[in-house]
Amino acid sequence: MKRPANRPPRPSPPRPAPARQAALRQGPGEPAAGRPVLRRTLLFGIPAIVALAAGAGFFFMLRGLRRGTFNPHGVPSPLVGHRIPPFSLPGIDAGGFSSTEIFAAGRPLVINFFASWCIPCREEQPVLMALQAQGIPIWGIAYKDTTPAASAFLHKFGNPYARTASDAPGRASIDWGLTGVPETFIVNNKGVVVWHMAGPLTRRLATEVVEPMMRKLSQ
Amino acid sequence: MKRAVLKLLLAAMLLAPVAAHAISDPSEMLANPKLEARAEALGRRLRCLVCQNESIEESSAGLAQDLRALVRRHIMRGESDKQIIAFLVARYGNFVRLDPPFDPATWLLWGSPVVAIVAGLGVVAFRVVRRVPPAAPAPLDQAERDRLARLLADNAGS
Repeated sequence: MKRPANRPPRPSPPRPAPARQAALRQGPGEPAAGRPVLRRTLLFGIPAIVALAAGAGFFFMLRGLRRGTFNPHGVPSPLVGHRIPPFSLPGIDAGGFSSTEIFAAGRPLVINFFASWCIPCREEQPVLMALQAQGIPIWGIAYKDTTPAASAFLHKFGNPYARTASDAPGRASIDWGLTGVPETFIVNNKGVVVWHMAGPLTRRLATEVVEPMMRKLSQ
Repeated sequence: MKRAVLKLLLAAMLLAPVAAHAISDPSEMLANPKLEARAEALGRRLRCLVCQNESIEESSAGLAQDLRALVRRHIMRGESDKQIIAFLVARYGNFVRLDPPFDPATWLLWGSPVVAIVAGLGVVAFRVVRRVPPAAPAPLDQAERDRLARLLADNAGS
């Protein structure tokens, strides 16, 4: 496109007055000075807004990570709000349990999936022991584990479970949408999953989320 | 010598992706090659929930292996791809699909190429519109016309 007239060869004429120069650059009917200010505002404002939004996002992510309420690898469970899947599993030291028994319990339960080969489960076990000491019923399911290994794990790191079962093939756990161990579900008195957590429970999560929720569900 | 090494490297690079799909134990495979091909194609559209960025066909995780076997069992039962995907989505949510459906949660994801193209065209249009040649300058006043005449006369004289 055409540029405003090139400068003629020497001897150069005196430059046009600044007002005229501005008028040459601007289209017809445009306010003088309006555009550069708008442009500077946009050039500064848009990145500033994006940076602020990103900063706020990262702040909440980091806070959630520290509190244990946000897990970047966590997969939202479609089971939340639905009844537990039907299953029947053998036990570890004593008899196992089935979905029927969870429904029959008629009270809120914490269902925890663990494994002897799972290192975060070792860290989680004291948290579960503390919950059990508060009188919260926890039922445990060993995922892809042998009975002797799961039994040895419970003797070594503590057994917080009111009842235990073993899902050695891992097929029932697929129906629960399990993606790994440990994972914890809270089930209400009607056998409906109300809360799910992938990853180990922390003390903070236990006292700030699990305990209040179990109290509320027990009322 | 150097050329031979380069050729070998190239061959290795070309073969690598093939190896990545052949992780599964041959004993896992279905006897019917047609059904096996269908299972593999379906498996490549399903996310391994342990590794999260690999399909269940590519992953060596225990859960991926279980899901591969599960997909094959369901295929042998005569289920359609749609039924098998629905079965897994009911358990793991849409996250299990490597090709998420178009729904309120993903419209921005699917629409982002369109958004990018429209935004790009917008920027181009904006710049083109702004580059309209400026209006003719205001006519010269008397003093300017005099100066122009003087300058032209000077130029003609030199």
